[in-house]
Amino acid sequence: MSERAAAPRGLWSDAARRLKRDRLVVTALAVLAALTLLALIAPLLAPWSYDSLDWQHLAQPPALTGTHWFGTDRLGRDLFVRTLAAIRLSLLISVLASGVSLVIGVTWGAVAGFAGGRTDGWMMRFVDVLYSLPYLFVVIILTSLFRRDNLTVLLLALGAVGWLTTARIVRAQTLALKRREFIEAARASGLAPGAIVLRHIVPNVLGPVVVYATLIVPQMILAESFLSFLGLGVQEPHASLGNLIFVGAQEMESAPWMLLLPAAFLVALLLCLNLLGDGLRDAFDPRER
Amino acid sequence: MPSIPASAEALPGAAPPVLSLARLGVIFDTPAGSLIAAEEVTLSVARGECLGVVGESGAGKSQVFLAVMGLLPPNGRAVGSARFGATELLTLTQAALDRLRGSDIGMVFQDPMSSLTPHLTVGEQLTEVLRRHAPRGAAAARARSLALLERVHVSDPAARLGQYPHELSGGMRQRVMIALALAGDPALLIADEPTTSLDVTIQAQILALLAELKREQGLALILITHDIGAVAGLADRVAVMRAGRVIEVGAATAVLKEPHSPYTRALVQNARRLEGRRDEARLDGTLNAPRLEGMTTQPVAREDAPPVLAVSDLSVEYGVARAWLRPRRRLAALSGVSLALRAGQSLGIVGESGCGKSTLARAALALLHASHGRIVWMGQGVEQLPPATLRALRRDLQIIFQDPLGSLDPRMTVAQIVAEPLSVHERALDAEGRRRESHAALERVGLARELAGRYPHELSGGECQRVGIARAMILRPRLLVCDEPLSALDVPTQQQIVTLLASLQASSQLAMLFISHNLALVRQLCAQVLVLYLGRMMELAPAATLYAAPRHPYSRELLAAIPSVDPDIEPARLRRVRSGEPPSPLAPPSGCVYRTRCPHAQPVCAERVPAWEQPAAGEGIACLRWRELP
Repeated sequence: MSERAAAPRGLWSDAARRLKRDRLVVTALAVLAALTLLALIAPLLAPWSYDSLDWQHLAQPPALTGTHWFGTDRLGRDLFVRTLAAIRLSLLISVLASGVSLVIGVTWGAVAGFAGGRTDGWMMRFVDVLYSLPYLFVVIILTSLFRRDNLTVLLLALGAVGWLTTARIVRAQTLALKRREFIEAARASGLAPGAIVLRHIVPNVLGPVVVYATLIVPQMILAESFLSFLGLGVQEPHASLGNLIFVGAQEMESAPWMLLLPAAFLVALLLCLNLLGDGLRDAFDPRER
Repeated sequence: MPSIPASAEALPGAAPPVLSLARLGVIFDTPAGSLIAAEEVTLSVARGECLGVVGESGAGKSQVFLAVMGLLPPNGRAVGSARFGATELLTLTQAALDRLRGSDIGMVFQDPMSSLTPHLTVGEQLTEVLRRHAPRGAAAARARSLALLERVHVSDPAARLGQYPHELSGGMRQRVMIALALAGDPALLIADEPTTSLDVTIQAQILALLAELKREQGLALILITHDIGAVAGLADRVAVMRAGRVIEVGAATAVLKEPHSPYTRALVQNARRLEGRRDEARLDGTLNAPRLEGMTTQPVAREDAPPVLAVSDLSVEYGVARAWLRPRRRLAALSGVSLALRAGQSLGIVGESGCGKSTLARAALALLHASHGRIVWMGQGVEQLPPATLRALRRDLQIIFQDPLGSLDPRMTVAQIVAEPLSVHERALDAEGRRRESHAALERVGLARELAGRYPHELSGGECQRVGIARAMILRPRLLVCDEPLSALDVPTQQQIVTLLASLQASSQLAMLFISHNLALVRQLCAQVLVLYLGRMMELAPAATLYAAPRHPYSRELLAAIPSVDPDIEPARLRRVRSGEPPSPLAPPSGCVYRTRCPHAQPVCAERVPAWEQPAAGEGIACLRWRELP
């Protein structure tokens, strides 16, 4: 018969163990951690800040031996510092927006799924209506109503759309869970509906949600970059990967590094996050490889 | 294509084996090292012979035959030899094995729902197999499919061809599976727990069908099961497996009547205990004596105290959508059921699947909404109570479920699961008190304290069910509802759980509602038994009376379906098995719902709905003709 492991194995420790065995994921995780750390620390150590101008070096190409490793832009701002600051801002916005959309989405989906019937119907129709609104319109309206450099507006705009898919995923999971006998056992124990959602439904949908979360973060980075590229998101002199790429694209022919460096970092970041998401999905559900 | 040597037909007495295994072993390579699932298995089966392979789950009996069929998972491998006729199976290429499977060797599995493809009709699945076996036209394939379905006694075969697996009952699905296995005219049929997920009445029908196929087509049959009764009825020879080894093999009568190994003896004894004293009881079938005996086994309950649970005229209906924009049809899962349970009483509820047993359990605990009727807990009507009061009352009414693993939250440790009711009803208790209580509860159900930190998936089925019982019993409730708590467990484990439940009940004046399709188990635990059919009450009687002298024809059919462990009487019993399945609850028959299967049905049964008559206190029957029946 099956032999027992010495320590009790929960789903999380199981997943962590499988994750550790996946070399690609470990690499992605390491790169991600290094990038984050660099983005957090390097701007503090560098002699330049993201908006300080160096009039001696305008539009310098990258030079590892010079004062500006990644070169400078037209205004003489250090691109190394700006790129890392951009990563920091992009990560901050996307993680915050993902967090907000996860909290709303999980709550909304779990409540709708567990309540069922008419409540479920109305809650999900509301989601459908939000889905059908053209997302760019909403963002443009939001950003034109408020000050352009308001991060909260950007977060709101990103979060407003992000939670819809989460809500749908969580609702579907909840519906499946609701029929399981342990939910019935909880009801028979006298647990109130709110407590059942909190103690039994949410922990059990967290597996798929964590996976979705690692896939939603890169989406948010992309969305943020896209909005910033259009000029609707992060505004100069603040740097985000989106507006760096936008500026770089205008200088593409004369100063390709201004486009290529931030673009390379964006790709690296997205690739790592997506690899991590895939790895997590495998770790949580090893059967569906 | 391998075939059976011609001498097999010529000399039926000394037929060479269709399949012979010699020192077969099955090894799994796991990260923790090699795991030996079976070793040194030497067995054979001849034409027209049935070999029964019995053992508990995990004995390796399925693995041996999966290895024979080349169906082991990628980390498994087989050693030794397995010869089908003159062909060595273990060294065969995948393509050759594919040709063999489904044509020369047919297979039937435990769960017919997951073995059939859900999106193909029965006809499509049959033709697919038939056409792969031999090229033929659509019309010929259809005719052959029809013949096959008739062969396995599927009712209304022409209509079944166009149906999807989910539209069939469990018994019909298993028959279709057998038809699929027969499609290639196999010489050997391997049936792995073919009746385990079925009702007793249907189990007997499927076993009777297998016996008939063996007899009339000279099929070699391998029956893998943990059910000694099934083996007693069908097998000519029996092999007992334990921990991957064959520990005893011989003629069925010899092995079952005079087992050599202590393990076989224990298995047979266990099965016999489950069978109960049914056969003797039926012999002294005078109506009065056993009934009196039954009355005395009923514990004397204080008549002044309100019943722990009283249900009157309870009906539960579901709306079933048939198609878009069509009016919903009402499906009556339960109609007009009444019962009362006082402290210390135990009531068994029996019936085939779909008879409303589980619906009754859930409605009685207000876990689902009753469309009609009254439910009273300890004197308080459930309908009028505000939700918070209702939840507070739940501490006295607990339930244990059918699926031991599914009823435990996979994200919680055993300790957390067991302590959960405390967090609702004993809010004053601190963490230390909760820990103490949950350890005590685990102890009461015979679980070691070390298990407290484990997760459900790390436990065996029996341990999971004990955790479920510990959770239900931690608040010392007054009523315990058991919804098929044993059907997912091995026979020895079943016996342990029955003993546990009986001792819990005896020690705490617990009222118990025990729901099961296994009449033998109900007999051991319950003083009274209620028989349900299609959501209606058929008969209520003290257990001793019901088992000795059932009045209702349906109770008689149920009792007759219990398999016997005795290889002398069981084959004869299988030949007498009655056919028929419960009709759809969407279109119940008029009058008496049982009349379509009743051997004593008269025209009047279609016209009048039988009233619930109560010949004596604690007894009841719904049959128009019960006084006249022999």
